[in-house]
Amino acid sequence: MMIRKIGTAAGLLVSALFSHAASAAYQLNLTTGATKLSQEVYDLHNLMMWIIVVIFAAVFGVMFWSVYAHRKSVGHKADQFHENTTVEILWTVVPVLILMVMAWPATKTLLAVRDTSSPELTIKATGYQWKWGYDYLKGEGEGISFTAQLTTPRDQIYGMAPKGENYLLETDNHVVVPVGKKVRILTTAADVIHAWYVPALAVKQDAVPGFVRDTAFKAEREGIYRGQCAELCGKEHGFMPIVVEVVSQEKYIAWVNEQKKKMAAAAEDPNKKWDLAELKARGEKVYAGNCVACHQANGKGIPGNFPALDGSKIVNGPIAAQIDIILNGKPPTAMQAFGKQLSDTDIAAVIAYSRNSWGNKMGDMVQPADIKAARK
Amino acid sequence: MSAVIDSHGTSHGHDDHHDHGAPAGLMRWVTTTNHKDIGSMYLWFSFVMFLVGGVMALTIRAELFQPGLQIVRPEFFNTMTTYHGLIMVFGAIMPAFVGFANYLIPLMIGAPDMAFPRMNNWSFWLLPPAAILLIGSFFAPGGAAGVGWTMYAPLTSQMGPGMDLTIFAVHILGMSSIMGSINIVTTILNMRCPGMTLMKMPMFVWTWLITAYLLIATMPVLAGAVTMTLTDRHFGTSFFNAAGGGDPVLYQHIFWFFGHPEVYIIAIPAFGVVSQVIPAFSRKPLFGYASMVYATSSIAILSFIVWAHHMYTVGMPVAGQLYYMYATMLIAVPTGVKVFNWVATMWKGSLSFETPMLFALGFLFLFTLGGFTGLVLSMTPVDVQLHDTYYVVAHFHYVMVAGALFSAFAGVYYWLPKWTGRMYDETLGKWHFWLSIIFFNVTFFVQHFLGLAGMPRRIPDYHTQFTEFNVISSIGAFGFGLSQLLFLYIVLKALRSGEKAADKQWDGADTLEWTHLPTPMPYHTFENPPTIK
Repeated sequence: MMIRKIGTAAGLLVSALFSHAASAAYQLNLTTGATKLSQEVYDLHNLMMWIIVVIFAAVFGVMFWSVYAHRKSVGHKADQFHENTTVEILWTVVPVLILMVMAWPATKTLLAVRDTSSPELTIKATGYQWKWGYDYLKGEGEGISFTAQLTTPRDQIYGMAPKGENYLLETDNHVVVPVGKKVRILTTAADVIHAWYVPALAVKQDAVPGFVRDTAFKAEREGIYRGQCAELCGKEHGFMPIVVEVVSQEKYIAWVNEQKKKMAAAAEDPNKKWDLAELKARGEKVYAGNCVACHQANGKGIPGNFPALDGSKIVNGPIAAQIDIILNGKPPTAMQAFGKQLSDTDIAAVIAYSRNSWGNKMGDMVQPADIKAARK
Repeated sequence: MSAVIDSHGTSHGHDDHHDHGAPAGLMRWVTTTNHKDIGSMYLWFSFVMFLVGGVMALTIRAELFQPGLQIVRPEFFNTMTTYHGLIMVFGAIMPAFVGFANYLIPLMIGAPDMAFPRMNNWSFWLLPPAAILLIGSFFAPGGAAGVGWTMYAPLTSQMGPGMDLTIFAVHILGMSSIMGSINIVTTILNMRCPGMTLMKMPMFVWTWLITAYLLIATMPVLAGAVTMTLTDRHFGTSFFNAAGGGDPVLYQHIFWFFGHPEVYIIAIPAFGVVSQVIPAFSRKPLFGYASMVYATSSIAILSFIVWAHHMYTVGMPVAGQLYYMYATMLIAVPTGVKVFNWVATMWKGSLSFETPMLFALGFLFLFTLGGFTGLVLSMTPVDVQLHDTYYVVAHFHYVMVAGALFSAFAGVYYWLPKWTGRMYDETLGKWHFWLSIIFFNVTFFVQHFLGLAGMPRRIPDYHTQFTEFNVISSIGAFGFGLSQLLFLYIVLKALRSGEKAADKQWDGADTLEWTHLPTPMPYHTFENPPTIK
């Protein structure tokens, strides 16, 4: 009985360990990556590991020889020596020399990593709680602007659906860049500190609110490279991935043209009059993309942390106050100034949705033109 | 010899005090000024906090056992990582070594008690209120703060009142540490018995003298950082708020100016314990005593000038990164000297492997591994890849758990016979060691691989490629946690029914508490100071 239980437990364990054998499981070292610099970092790390293995073998070889040979139980009598100047100087100087050997390649690589000069494309990455905003500032594709957020369905996260191949590492929009071109990433943030981290590109740069930092990479191989926010930024820190798609120059130009077309099409007539049903339907999507993490799908929020919208005084009060808080946020809380991220239409839509959903039955709405008027 | 001991030694006769036992009842512990009582209370308090922090660690590992969110919500997960860190650092490890200091420093230097016994009582009794504030923050509206133990701005501005309770807890813990340190420095500098020159002090006393200075220098810095956080939150200041002209990164500089020496505040007393235990079980004096003192002092000084190696990705000038890289690499030199000295102490000794020695060797082996990964992390370009990943988590748990905690276990097993007059169960002690070291490595060794593969730390859910090592790590964590209950059982068993210990239980021990005092010790010791030749 007991044995069978242990057998079952062991079986579960083994299946847990090997069930994902198809993915890149049991990766034991840094990624060699898609840039020359990530290869250099990989080599530097390997060099260090070999030096460490040698020191390890020397130090613990001596220690374990003592443990084996100088035991009381085999009758070894203790010597009473307790200093030896030569040896002590030696083991101070030799490590210094080893460190200098290590410092040389580290310095060279660091200077290369930090060289962000003369980029062919400059992209600004802005951290928001909890998504990334991208603006193509300079180079081919200048003017393109979009946000990228997690597309993994909640059902997968909560175990109600099998997890997909790119679980938690998939976004609605990819950062598309051309292969073989130096790309400079400027990082900043709107609320708290985030970090833009893509292992295969050997890039990790904190995004600090109110400041602009930079980093750069030059991808040698086409492909999709995935990373995550690496600085604790609140509740959904684990759920704001980064997906960089490296494509050929031709594909990149095609993508740029497509984006430009999309942006032109998306530039809606600001004076269009919407009716409530239309606006509410659009608002539901905006809500799901921007508000649901804190205020929850049922509008009840998370008591103590994030206020409920269902029955909220602001949502059920004068509409101007609601416009104000959405446009300007409520520092220092996690309620951001969405005026910078959402279009007039999107803000009008989410207002219409929140005032006419759950238990809220205000029946009123604003037009995108009103939002435009309120932005000043 | 100091005037303090003179007056005490002559005005009270030797015999007056010997019938003074410990007063009975609860008030004994509330009002006590006896360094042994206070040392015991520190150790028990730290063990309780160790269990509390451990339960939080197991909550984290339970959630990370499989990908997906199963047990806790993400915001609660963040509070677990935050308070696991705060409680283990400030509630468990630091008080444990202050407990050792209180109990042992007067015994080792032949002093009757600490220099300021009432302040000693006060520094201990500040701890329970601080612990209540920390744990109480979970019951504040909005729950505890999910900001990480480093409490980076401006995320701290978004937290509820739980953040304020935590800030006050840090203030109180800082006060306690500063008072304790002043007490230790004064005791060591003024109350050594005749003949106990500085360079004759046991290594453990030296390490605490250095640590106490580190504490006095850095705890006010931490207090400043959290106070600025508090005023940013409530009084309209903008120290860390860019919109008001401040800089969020300033917080990190201030925090790590405290935070890096803090690493050595934890590690240096651990070095001290190991420097007593290894010679005792090698039956051979500590190799290179003088170089050990200089190496420890160098580590302490260097610890003040390397803080920004925790911030390589924050965006500092490349010259800054180079400087911090070189300075950080330099720490490997004195640390190496210490490791070499311990190994040389064992060389041609007459070694035996009772539980304290096993834990000391476990410390030596695993702390050195933590040192190696520290060297890897000192390389800025490599650190940029590994910063804020599980590699760093593995690195500092090798230093903090296999380093400091194993050293504390070595100390408890080593001195328990002296403290209680009773021996622990040697077989169970060895079981405790082997279970701890195996499960420790199962838990943390695989986390190196997670970090190398790019798993960020402080995330409640992860991509499926990380599943296997997380499963292994979680199993190890539960094994490690349960093994510590065996430690509690061993200590209680020794207290209830342990065999009587000898005056000099370990034949290689050579410090005053073993050579000059009976086992069990009287309530008051060294009222007349011994003389060292």
